[in-house]
Amino acid sequence: MVLELQKPRPVWQIMFSTHHTDVGYLYTITGLTFLFMAGVLAMIIRTHLFFPGEGVLVSDSATFNRIFTVHGLTMLFLFALPVANGIGNILVPIMVRYKDMAYPKLNAIAFWMNPVGGALLWLGFADVSWVSYAPYSIIRAPGPAADMFIFGMKILGISSILSSINFVVTVLKCKHPDLSLRRVPLFAWSMLTVSLMTLIAMPTYAAALIMMLTDRLGLSGFFNPFAGGDPIAYLHLFWFTFHPEVYIFLLPAIGMMYEIIPRFSRKPLYSQASGVFAFVMLGIIGFASWGHHMYSTGMDFTTKVVFMIGTLAAVPASGMHVFNFLATMWGARIRFAAPMKFAVGGIALFFSAGAGGVLNSAMPLDFISHGTYWVVGHMHLFLTGTIGFGFVAMVYYMFPYITGRMYSEKWANVHFIGMFWGTVQVFFTQHLLGLEGMPRRIYDYPPEFTSWTQLNQIATVGAWILGASFAVFLASLIYYSAKGKPANMDDPWGLGGKYYYPVAAKNPHGGHSGY
Amino acid sequence: MGHDTAEWVFVAVVIAVLVYVGVDSWIVQKEVEDVPADAEVIKVTGQQWFWSFEHADGTKEISTLHLKKGHAYKFEIYSRDVMHSFNIPDWVVFEDAVPGHTNHAWFAPNEVGTYPIQCREYCGLLHYNMRGSLVVEDDKS
Ligand code: HEM
Ligand SMILES: [Cu+2]
Ligand SMILES: [Cu+2]
Repeated sequence: MVLELQKPRPVWQIMFSTHHTDVGYLYTITGLTFLFMAGVLAMIIRTHLFFPGEGVLVSDSATFNRIFTVHGLTMLFLFALPVANGIGNILVPIMVRYKDMAYPKLNAIAFWMNPVGGALLWLGFADVSWVSYAPYSIIRAPGPAADMFIFGMKILGISSILSSINFVVTVLKCKHPDLSLRRVPLFAWSMLTVSLMTLIAMPTYAAALIMMLTDRLGLSGFFNPFAGGDPIAYLHLFWFTFHPEVYIFLLPAIGMMYEIIPRFSRKPLYSQASGVFAFVMLGIIGFASWGHHMYSTGMDFTTKVVFMIGTLAAVPASGMHVFNFLATMWGARIRFAAPMKFAVGGIALFFSAGAGGVLNSAMPLDFISHGTYWVVGHMHLFLTGTIGFGFVAMVYYMFPYITGRMYSEKWANVHFIGMFWGTVQVFFTQHLLGLEGMPRRIYDYPPEFTSWTQLNQIATVGAWILGASFAVFLASLIYYSAKGKPANMDDPWGLGGKYYYPVAAKNPHGGHSGY
Repeated sequence: MGHDTAEWVFVAVVIAVLVYVGVDSWIVQKEVEDVPADAEVIKVTGQQWFWSFEHADGTKEISTLHLKKGHAYKFEIYSRDVMHSFNIPDWVVFEDAVPGHTNHAWFAPNEVGTYPIQCREYCGLLHYNMRGSLVVEDDKS
């Protein structure tokens, strides 16, 4: 890792740079900023739901609907994607031993589309929900918010296609000739896989968005049943993109764990080949399961069965990652520093989330869970529990390399305990709320449903713990990047043995025998 | 155990669990979708933001649906505007109401009582309040 932030530079030099590490920092910092903005929205939602029937904090459902819409869009497209791209930008060229990304200017352009798309989403503050199902988004959603949502998502979609082209070319074409593709580190493999997936998945949604726009303008009726169209077509196009997209959110986090776990286990990875195989498998089979979001739309029995099989078929690939991690840690002298704690916590939550996912895929059970808080719990166990933990692990891991200083292990531990505790308390409870039948995306619920009230209050307290742990994270990132003890750059965590760090950490243009 | 054997065993166990889940859901879903021939048809219409019902004999109800214990009912589910989802959680009755489509669900209540009806697909402003109730009564005839 290159240590450029260590020497103070004017901010505009980083902003107008096209160098991959600078673009990487921009992506990561933008992503983390949006994480805290969307986090505030989450706290508002959860605090509001603590008191049924009282309208606390949010006194009308129109605002509430806008808040959960922007919360979801921001977390997915302005936090999860940018942070993955940021870490990818910093590490992938180093991992394939190239001086930069393949197309540095394109890279900077792709990044700068993010603040623009983000501004459109936030200034519009639409109420369409992140899935923006037709025909609501066409015939009822108020403009200009919904139109700004369409343009914002369009821009973010193009950005993600551009950065994917860049990653694919960087890995496949710019990789050092002495480095065989198989030996490319697994984080770079995860970025390659998700970039290829994006190139296949995203154009479909891009088209659907334009069709939605022309439908809204009354020029066409693709998804509008009152103009001869069919909303189910929109659902197919949407989920064809966004089921694969959930793996696009996930795999970079798994790739980050592949960086961290062997190093802090002070052991070589159990199997590189099995990691590569699992990425590629998931990348392919991930396209065969989108219909599991549509079981209850009136899908016929055979189609449901086909999509159920497609969904289940993708699960062993996720299981192989878990096995790979456990086998690597087996009998190892593990050093539980912050990156390792978060990585291991993430794996535990990944496993439980996967088990819940399997239950969703079972058709009869999905008729109990679909559209309820169960699904909210499911996706957040992945998004917070796995992806959030993976990213946070990586931020702690990169911290000394980027700032030259050490974070505080004590405060990182407070963050870890709060985040793990909070995640379990909110999202496991939400599964139970789903079983109690509470629909998702509701502004209020009848106070006489005491089991809903109790479970909501438990979930909300969990969310406060989670939120507090992130306040600790933010404060310690800021404080220790200025005031932390200088890190021992040869071995920040005292793992012993230089073998365990990327050689590039010390010598950006040097060899990579470490891999 | 050898290096690879452990992984193969693990993958085999995962696949076995998945096959079990798949086969079992196939069987259950097949049963669930098998509508009894004598089920009485109830037309259910969702619109922003309430449910209305039409019985086979033409009687109409809004928000509250009265049914008889011990009969099978088949719901024909429509929407007049945007997507909704017709749901009686206590009886696991659940299917989307999609404008332009007719969807189906069925059940046979075997206990008297009052049960909540709700909408489980986001449909705008008052989605949270798109609630009704099902009253299952003794069949006196
Ligand atoms: C073991 C792997 C997984 C399985 C078997 C699985 C299965 C499912 C199923 C069947 C649903 C539909 C539930 C419903 O709406 O009724 C669902 C929803 C969802 N899943 Fe997963 N999933 C898996 C992994 C993931 C991952 C890795 C992510 C994200 C990173 C994810 C994110 C989501 C989201 C966001 C939804 C809800 C979408 C919405 O309606 O808003 N899932 N999953
Ligand atoms: Cu999915
Ligand atoms: Cu609704």
